[in-house]
Amino acid sequence: MTESHVLKAPSVVAKRQRRANLRRNAFYLALIVLGLVAPFIAYPVFLMKILCFALFACAFNLLLGYAGLLSFGHAAFLATGGYTTGYLLASYPGLTPELGIIAGTLMATLLGVLFGVLSIRRQGIYFAMVTLALAQLMFFVFIQSPFTGGEDGLHGVPRGELLGFISLRSNMAMYYFVFAIFLFGYALIQRTVHSPFGQVLKAIRENEPRAISLGYNVDAYKLVAFVISAALAGLAGSTKTVVFQLASLTDAHWHMSGEVILMTLLGGVGTLLGPIMGAGLVVSLQHILSQSPLGNWVSVMLGLIFVVCVLSFRSGIVGELGAIYRKNFK
Amino acid sequence: MTMIFGVPMAVFMGQLTLGLVNGAFYALLSLGLAVIFGLLKIVNFAHGAQYMLGAFAALLGFRYLGINYWLALVLVPLVIGGLGMLVERFLLRRIAHLDHLYGLLLTFGLALIFEGTLVNLFGVSGARYATPEVLQGGLNLGFMFLPTYRAWVLVAALAMCLFTWFMIERTRLGAYLRAGTENSQLMQAFGVNVPLLITLTYGFGVGLAAFAGVLAAPLYPVSPTMGSSLLIVVFAVVVIGGMGSILGAILTGLGMGVIEGLTKVYYPEAANTVIFLVMILVLMLRPAGLFGKEA
Repeated sequence: MTESHVLKAPSVVAKRQRRANLRRNAFYLALIVLGLVAPFIAYPVFLMKILCFALFACAFNLLLGYAGLLSFGHAAFLATGGYTTGYLLASYPGLTPELGIIAGTLMATLLGVLFGVLSIRRQGIYFAMVTLALAQLMFFVFIQSPFTGGEDGLHGVPRGELLGFISLRSNMAMYYFVFAIFLFGYALIQRTVHSPFGQVLKAIRENEPRAISLGYNVDAYKLVAFVISAALAGLAGSTKTVVFQLASLTDAHWHMSGEVILMTLLGGVGTLLGPIMGAGLVVSLQHILSQSPLGNWVSVMLGLIFVVCVLSFRSGIVGELGAIYRKNFK
Repeated sequence: MTMIFGVPMAVFMGQLTLGLVNGAFYALLSLGLAVIFGLLKIVNFAHGAQYMLGAFAALLGFRYLGINYWLALVLVPLVIGGLGMLVERFLLRRIAHLDHLYGLLLTFGLALIFEGTLVNLFGVSGARYATPEVLQGGLNLGFMFLPTYRAWVLVAALAMCLFTWFMIERTRLGAYLRAGTENSQLMQAFGVNVPLLITLTYGFGVGLAAFAGVLAAPLYPVSPTMGSSLLIVVFAVVVIGGMGSILGAILTGLGMGVIEGLTKVYYPEAANTVIFLVMILVLMLRPAGLFGKEA
């Protein structure tokens, strides 16, 4: 009796694993369907804003949640992507939006290499301060450069025609393009996290000296994670510029670096879905507050959420839900 | 007129003084950050907001309670420092056992709350705080005109820095603090009330920021956002100097102020960014910082 039970065990485990995979795939499928029908239910521009910030937060979370690096300067990548794309699309009318976005992403990637090389030379709290200072440097560069429009920013960036023949002027067409970009970014992060590379990142996060003693070139891993994160943040910024047809200093300000931290923290650091949920909540909150008499209190509210999250809600919404699920259903 | 590298002497000296005064603020603020970091191991992101609160407390105290500048210079650091102790006791202590990045995030949230509230109450334009009469006017030194208030700020800030150095390096309380920085658990085992020491230390660091705020009130427009941009520069100064040594923090602060002032003379476009550029240079050549011990 016991023998047959033992023999059965591997197949039971495999079955359970298969079922878990099935559940996860069904879950993702439901999310994608939700994303496809969403613009028929809600205002597409609002959804696109959420998707852009969700991608931004996911990119940030790759660094904080999986490599344990707290960057306080991610606004610099968002803004670099946005400004590059905005400037190119506004100055060269023949350029198609996808090329503009690719160029913006490449610029952000390049900046990510520079920032990464400098900032991973310091650890922990110093890393946060270095990234913040570098982003502030970029803020001043953007104010003083002629191509960013200074305090006014870039306006009237044309959305243009995707691949030269699909007009993005309608919000519906734009939405599906943004959704596709978001899925691409999310899939890339998902693959990175679950790859052997992602496992080593987690090992570094948990115990850096041990990872070094095991022979991993820790700095190289951190740098690659930093650059991927910067590139995807740039992708989010470039896309945002095409959607809203403007790029401004708001994206480069340190408040923006703080907001993306809050989105990630609120949704759940180190969870794949958390940053999306956090971005949705923060963007919705800003939207609701800006139309209420409390419009000026947005930053106070964000500050309060920060304090509450840190004091009593550290694993975020998705983290807490996951804990409840594991406690009751497993 | 005497020229220095193609610039009139008076202009050169004027910017040098301005740079030294800014440097004095960098020194005071980075010193406060270093003191707090030493024992609590957190970076106090609310430091800029607490500096701003100091300036506002001086302004409002004068406007509504008639508290004069000299009284404010003593009272405001005590009040804001006391507020800081409450923050430590009821908020920071609850997360002291966690990763220290949470302390950074919590104080960042506090900074947003302080700043946002004051923006709503007073707007962003900034108010003027009258320079006390004794310190108005200036001295003609022959080669330059030295505004008295600037000279006073320099003297007061340096005196406060030296006082802090003396407190930490030469008194019993300071010895406890240094020992606690090395190993606070062992200190606790020896019967020192470490939690109280931590509260006092945080309050002292915040008090230093508030003191700087009162000093700055007659010099710059008092506005809710005066602290945040300054704090980012101070972070760069801290990265350059490292938080390991008190004299290092003072010297780096003053030095960076002077470099910034001289950049204003010779290449004004880079005045905003020069400290960040120095930080990049230091990161490339000496990643631990000029006075840092961290490997």
